[in-house]
Amino acid sequence: MEQLKEGQIMSPRTYKVTAPLTGTFYRAPSPEERPFVEIGQRINAGDVVCIIESMKVFTELRADQGGVVKNILVEDEDAVMRNQEIIEIEVA
Amino acid sequence: MFKKVLIANRGEIAVRIVRTCKEMGIKTVGVFSDADKESLHVKYADEAVNIGKPLSKKSYLRQDHIIQAAKETGAEAIHPGYGFLSENASFAEACESSGLVFIGPSAKSIAIAGNKSEARKTLIDLGVQVIPGGEGIISSKEEAMNLAERLGYPVIIKASGGGGGRGMRIINDPSALADGLTIASGEARTAFGNPDVYLEKYIEKPRHIEIQILGDNHGNYVYLGERECSIQKRYQKLIEEAPSPFVDESLRKKMGETAISVARAISYTNAGTMEFLVDAQKNVYFMEVNSRIQVEHPVTEMITGVDLVRQQILIAGGGRLELEQDNVRRDGWAIECRINAEDPEDNFMPSPGIIDNLILPGGPGVRVDTHIYENYEVPSFYDSLICKLIVWGKDRGRAISRMQRALSEFRVNGIKVTVPFHKRVFQDRDFIQGNIDTHFLERFGNGL
Repeated sequence: MEQLKEGQIMSPRTYKVTAPLTGTFYRAPSPEERPFVEIGQRINAGDVVCIIESMKVFTELRADQGGVVKNILVEDEDAVMRNQEIIEIEVA
Repeated sequence: MFKKVLIANRGEIAVRIVRTCKEMGIKTVGVFSDADKESLHVKYADEAVNIGKPLSKKSYLRQDHIIQAAKETGAEAIHPGYGFLSENASFAEACESSGLVFIGPSAKSIAIAGNKSEARKTLIDLGVQVIPGGEGIISSKEEAMNLAERLGYPVIIKASGGGGGRGMRIINDPSALADGLTIASGEARTAFGNPDVYLEKYIEKPRHIEIQILGDNHGNYVYLGERECSIQKRYQKLIEEAPSPFVDESLRKKMGETAISVARAISYTNAGTMEFLVDAQKNVYFMEVNSRIQVEHPVTEMITGVDLVRQQILIAGGGRLELEQDNVRRDGWAIECRINAEDPEDNFMPSPGIIDNLILPGGPGVRVDTHIYENYEVPSFYDSLICKLIVWGKDRGRAISRMQRALSEFRVNGIKVTVPFHKRVFQDRDFIQGNIDTHFLERFGNGL
């Protein structure tokens, strides 16, 4: 799977991970497993933060920079549009 | 015969099944998710029932919703199409116990076909050649050495946990085996979280060739020749043709008779496909049984004149096959291109969206099976297949010319489609000469 590092700088201290393509947002690798990230969790650059499924193709989204997950802006299994903001990360 | 059939599917195959039902005077019930309200099968079916939210697991995979829809509309039978619940033995069973006819093989046959190790055992007992090896996890290098010696080099190491080329190594001689095992096992652990690997005889330049069969509940079977499906990307078929440029009459007969002997052995009825790998020396290895109508079924229909969906419905209704082996005719050549909503210029990335400025090919010898139309929105929730472009020609050369012409007529905006990729394949010298195997696209160049 291709590594996509979609990120948009919002302010010097936070950025938002955005969907690279229209699809379905998944917080966990499978329904039985724990979410990749929770609000308040510290993450490193390159960590997988969520999955977008589009037409049966699963794309892992990774954090551009390390930091703390500040907000998750969509619900698990919600449809997301291309470029939609998904996860807000505060740069450590 | 049935008066009303529910189609438990979406997209082009749902449209395809509605068409045959209409021609047979059978009423149709479509089912659809919230994302498919505007889909063509909903417009074409006599009535349609919403079965849930867009995600497949909340709609098209909900057995209870589908059976309830059939009950409420008074449908007598369910056609599952391909994918979704089509090869789900428990769904076939649930239909039966609800008094509905499942248009396909029995739940028991589906279960046998779906259990690879049991199916393999049945095949070996029948004396059918399968790909040698693959019986168990390799536990030591000595065991691997002995097994490879017995299978004969080259052998291939494969991961138990998954496919897609990872944890896979082709080994040409004993000196490379030990290192190959270590590397493949490490790759498998990283990719699938499972380091288990097994050994198989490596089939060089394999072609994927499959046989279409039909069997009724009165013991009658026919095979409708082969389909060549070697043009694949990551095990997904992209171009199929019938007949195969590689198969002669004696090989066709051998494969056809093998296919029917397997079907008889597992009491398989309705339409089915037996998949084989065929090597350069025309050795035939049985791969698996596909217990459903296949995506690529139209190429068989185009050269035999048999409507396979009609036969499926007749068989499920208790009827006899409308044809015998001696009167299966074969005329000309048919090729199918699977047109996907993917961007061939960007590593085949999915490309859902709204269809704009659509012009579909037509004219002599062209068949288009699709559910797309102007302003239709291709949802991101399902498969990327949006259109099957099928052509017929008197021979392979004319079918290729016709496909080149048909591809040049295809216009669509709003989404990316794989038409440019198909255009390039149909200009390729090896493809035109029929020099194809399952590795064709790996040699075809970057970005493809």
